[in-house]
Formats: sequence, C-alpha cells, structure tokens
Amino acid sequence: MKQRRMKWFALVVMLGAVMMLGACKKKATPPPPPPPPPPPEPTASISVSPNTIQAGQSASLTWQTSNATDVSIDGIGAVQPNGSQSVSPTDSTTYHLTAKGSGGSQEATARLTVTQAPTPPPSTPSVSDEDLFSQNVKDVYFDYDKADVRGDQQSSVQADAQFLNQHPNINITIEGHCDERGSTDYNLALGDQRASAVKAALTGAGTNASRIKTISYGKEKPFCTESNEACWQQNRRGHLTYQK
Amino acid sequence: MIRGKREVQTFESKSYRNTILSCPNPLTPTRRDERDGLSFSRLGFNQYAGWRWPSSRALALVLIFSCCFLSSPLSFELLAQDWVKTGTSLGVDKVRLAVPDFKASTTDPQNAALLKTFNDTLWNDLDVSGVVELVSKSFYPLQVPGQPPEVNYLAWNVPPPNAAMLAFGSLGVTAGKLTVQGWLYDVKNSQSPQVLGKQYSDASSDAAARLMAHKFADEIIFRLGAGIAGIAETQIYFVSDRSGHKEIWAMDYDGSNQHQITRLGSISLSPRVSPDGSRVAFSSLTKSGWEIMMFSLDLNRPVGFPHMGGTNLSPAWSGDGMKLAFSSSRGGEPEIYVADASGGNLHRMTTARGPDVSPSWNRKTNAQIAFVSGRTGLPQIYTMEADGTNQQRMTDQGYAVSPNWAPNGQFLCLAWIRKYGPGEPGASDIYLMDIASKQWVQLTHDGGRNDFPFWSPDGRHIVFQSSRSGKEEIWTMLADGSKVQQLTFTGRNTQPNWSWK
Repeated sequence: MKQRRMKWFALVVMLGAVMMLGACKKKATPPPPPPPPPPPEPTASISVSPNTIQAGQSASLTWQTSNATDVSIDGIGAVQPNGSQSVSPTDSTTYHLTAKGSGGSQEATARLTVTQAPTPPPSTPSVSDEDLFSQNVKDVYFDYDKADVRGDQQSSVQADAQFLNQHPNINITIEGHCDERGSTDYNLALGDQRASAVKAALTGAGTNASRIKTISYGKEKPFCTESNEACWQQNRRGHLTYQK
Repeated sequence: MIRGKREVQTFESKSYRNTILSCPNPLTPTRRDERDGLSFSRLGFNQYAGWRWPSSRALALVLIFSCCFLSSPLSFELLAQDWVKTGTSLGVDKVRLAVPDFKASTTDPQNAALLKTFNDTLWNDLDVSGVVELVSKSFYPLQVPGQPPEVNYLAWNVPPPNAAMLAFGSLGVTAGKLTVQGWLYDVKNSQSPQVLGKQYSDASSDAAARLMAHKFADEIIFRLGAGIAGIAETQIYFVSDRSGHKEIWAMDYDGSNQHQITRLGSISLSPRVSPDGSRVAFSSLTKSGWEIMMFSLDLNRPVGFPHMGGTNLSPAWSGDGMKLAFSSSRGGEPEIYVADASGGNLHRMTTARGPDVSPSWNRKTNAQIAFVSGRTGLPQIYTMEADGTNQQRMTDQGYAVSPNWAPNGQFLCLAWIRKYGPGEPGASDIYLMDIASKQWVQLTHDGGRNDFPFWSPDGRHIVFQSSRSGKEEIWTMLADGSKVQQLTFTGRNTQPNWSWK
C-alpha cells in the first residue's frame, strides 16, 4: 500500500510541476526560454567636488550605482543607490562607497582634502588711487585778480606733478574758482585762466596734457561763504579733482 | 506793439506841441571855483538837433546827461559826493497829466477787479515813464469823466489839479467780452481837445485788462514823449535761482508775470533776447563745460548752437540780429569772438593777454563793440570796431565791468568800483559814460552791490541787479537815477536783459 501512495504522491508533484512550469511558460514568451543569464555585477562610482577645501568650507559628494540593492558609504551609512550630499569635514576624509547586489558587490572611493590654514584676511585695507590722490594732491591758491602761479605755490605744483608722474593711470580735472567779490562773468573768465595756469604748470613739469581737463566755476561754487580775507583766499584756487 | 499803429482820430493841439516838442537851446555853462574840483553846467538837449556840448572846456569834471531821454531838460550839479541832482527850475516842465480812474461802462460783476488791474497798471506805466508828471489824485475834482461829454475843462486846467492833459475813459464786460475806451484830452484847449481816442476789445481776463492798460499808456507816452515808443509791453529776461537752480526767467517790464523759461537743472547765466524776440541766447554749464545755448521762445525749447570748446560766456546780439558776439577760451584764453547768429563764420576779435568778456554792441550802428578786459590788471571797459580794430580804453581806474551801449549810440552804462583794492572796500555802482568824451556820472548811491545794468529800448530806463535789499534782486530806474523800483522779491535774481521792443 505505501508504494501506491508514493507513486500517487510523485504523480501529483510531477503534475503540479508540469502545471506550474506550463503556467510559467504561458506567462513568458512562447519561444523556448533561454537559460536565465547570471545576475549582473553592480557598478559604483563616487566623486567629491571640489576635492580640496579649507576647514569650515563644504563640498558636494556625489555617487552613482547600478544593479545594487544595498549601498552604503563609510561614515554616512546606508544611502540611496544614486544621490549627492553636502559634506563639511574638519579633516581630510576618504569616502568609501560599497554597493552590494545580487550579482556581487562593488566599491568606490573619493578623497576630500581639507587644508587647515585659511588665507588670513588682510589686516590693513588696500589704499585706493582715489584715497592716495586726496592725501597727496594739493590745490593751488592765487592772489586777488591774478591767474599766475605765485612763488609759494610752486612747491605744491611740483609735488602734484610728481604724484601724477608716479601714477600715470590717474586723470584729473582742474576747477578754477574765484572769491565772491567782483562780477559773475568776469569771474568765470578769471577762473578759466586759473585752471589753465595750473594745467600749464603741470604740463611744464612733465605731465601729459591729455590727462588734464579744465573747467571754470567762477564764484558759482565757493568753498566757504564768509566775507573775510581768509575765506576769500580759500576760494581763489585751482582745485584738482580725481577724474573717475 | 505800438509802432505802426495809427489811432482812429488824432488832433494835435498847438498848445501841447509848443510846450512838449520843442526844447530850449542849450545854455552856455558857467564855471565854478576850481578849488572844488567841480564845475557847474546846465545843458539842454534837443532830440532832433543832436547832441551839443558846452563850447568852453571845463577844467574839472563836467557832468553830462541827455535830457531828451526824459523829454525835458535837466540841470545837474556835480557835488563832492558825485551826486546827480535833477531839477525843473529851468526850461520846460514835464507835462502835467491827470489820470482819474476809468469808470465802469456796464454792470457786469467782473468789472470791479478788472478796473482795479487796469487803473493800477495804467497809473504805474505813466508814473515810471519819465515823460509826464502825474497829478496827484488828491487834487482831482469829485466828478471825473468816463465819456467825452462829461469832461469839465474848467475843473481840470486850473489849480488844484492844474493839469495840461487828461486821460480818462471807461471799461466794461459784456457777455465775456472786455471793452475799454480811452481818450487823451488837452484840457487847455476846449475847442479841439482830443489828442487820442482808442478802443480795445478782447475776451475778458485779468491779463487782457493789463495788456490794454499797457497799450493805452504806450499811446500816451508816444504822443507826449517826443515820438519815442513807450516800453509798457516790453519784457525783461533774467537769471533766478528760486527753482533750486540758476535758470533763465522772464517778466513784464513792471515785474508782473514772472515765469520760468529754461529747465536745464544746471547753472544758466547771461540771458540775451534776440532783436526780433524769437530766441534767447545764454551761457550754460554742460557736460562739456560752459556753452553758448539758444532757446527758442516760439518753440519753447532749446535749439541747436555749435559746440565751441573752452569756456563760452556772455553772448550779445547785434542790433540787426545777424551777429552774436561772445567770450570764448577755445583758443586758450578768454577772448571776444563774433559769429553769425547761427554760430557759423566765427572770427576772433581780441588777442591781448588777460581775460576778455562781456561784449555789448552799439545797436544803432552795429559797427562797434564795448567789452571788458583784464589786460592791464583789474578789469576795465574798452570799445573797438566790430572787426576788432581801434581798441580804446574807456575807464581809468578801479574795477569796471558789465558795459551796455545805449540805444542812441552815445552812452554806456556800466558797473564800476572806482576805488578798488585791499583796504578799500569800495561799492559797486551803476555809472553812465559818454563815449565820445569819456565823461561819466554815478547813478546809484544807496549801497549794496549794483551790477549788470541794461538799457530799455526807449533809452529812458535802466534795469540792473542790486543787493541793497539784502540779497541780489532786479531793480529799475530812470536813466538819471530817479524812480528806483524793485521788481523781484523771491530767491536770488541777477543779470537782467531788457527786450528790444
């Protein structure tokens, strides 16, 4: 009797297997099934950009994998198969990625170098040309109703010419000014002469004339408004301005 | 414009012609003690006979003045303080004119305000004209005429009014239309009294009433002022900073209707209107420096003028409007140049060292130019032919600027600080100078800095800039220094320029 049960059991199993195989076969395409390919090996790549940073800065870690079901990066943990992350380590770090799949496993690394000494900020600000100009270039003052450069102003003229020669990229405008006395139109003409006189003195000391523009303001734009000789002298001048 | 207009009816009475149009012959001068450094002269001036000088030479300064500017001879006395005193003790008095308020001819409610505008304007125009003596209203009879039949001669031609002439009329609005009728009567001639009869009509407005008063005043002034046209419709151009920037402005000659012309937002100076009234030349600070610019009043915008280079200042028109003189430093130094009114055909007139600026044409001949030069140090006035030849120095000392040639071609007015230099504060005053003899007279004495005088086209008035009120404003006066009036009150107002008509 046991032999009959065994035969019966084997028949059922075989029938079930045939049915299942047949069913599977019916789901798959009709042509005879090729032998199943072996599972593909996973691929992995990882990179970090930039690959050198200063301490305190951050970099972007980017990785890609395929055919992997289990991807992890040392120091970070399990991650998605593809992704990127911002990292900001204090020391140089090697990021080690492991991708495991049914076809095996794959590893990739990326090294991030962290430099410890950031460029120190400058302790003094760099001095601009305009600052140097206002520190070093002097105006030229004139006597009443005069447009010639007087003796005690020659040193200012020479110093100005020297500065301009040392900074050949600087251009200037000379404004001619007059004190409040006297008439509007005549003062504009006199201011024109004062600006021209300063320009002539500078070109005589070697400055290229094309770097110098002149304009007269007469008594239209005074530096002070008191009616005394001190203020009047302040207004009788050739005023040198930095031309941007 | 009054020129060319003819009234409907004019009757010229003999009496007024005899009293007004003839001036006495000049009297020979008497010489005072020369220790005073003065001389005393009395002069009469006959507009039609030309200028006559005293035949004897005065050893000290002689004051000269043309009395026909005022249509009556003046006598002056030069005192140690350089004062001009005018008197009417000799020769013919100015015409005594009575001007009662015009009456309402209709019952329109607008009449009251328009009558006030008309009467005030008419009175002021005649008062500052310099050709008539207005009889004070306190002397008028109680009944004043508004129509010819209402004139009571006997009430006017005897004291207290003692008038020689009577101007009267009426004003009324009917259905939005303003009508003014005015007459000028010789009240000493009741047989044929009418000198002038005019009627004006326009849409009713305050500006229309003002304009009619100006026109009627000009008609009276023309007839009583030796045939020289009145100035009641002229304009004055000037610089004002009341908008926040120095711009060119304009106003009626009596200071009303002040309005802005340029809107450049920079610094604009030295306006000079053209003889035909169509354009204003001026100097303005642009990105390329000071340029001569031209503003068209017809188009109400700037119009082109060539870029000159350098600093360009103080344009001046010749009397025929064909030429423009100005100062330019395009050649290195400020010199006087002359160009066509379009800016072409440029010629340089001066070459001397030192700034040359502020030209002014002799508009009667268009053949001479006065200008300012610093060639000897402090600025002085020079004249030259319009081609640059024959340059003559006119002032002998001090600081002299802003020359302006009189319409009759014989005088300059100028701004002068005769005593100048450190320790000598000196005041800037307006002076009058005879070109032929370089004799001069001081016109302003009331302090302040007085500058930029400019003649009216009738040669009887001078507009100028003065700081006597505390800041720079525009003032006018008669050319003998009397009837000084302030025209502007807001902001700082400078460099006035009287129109040509």
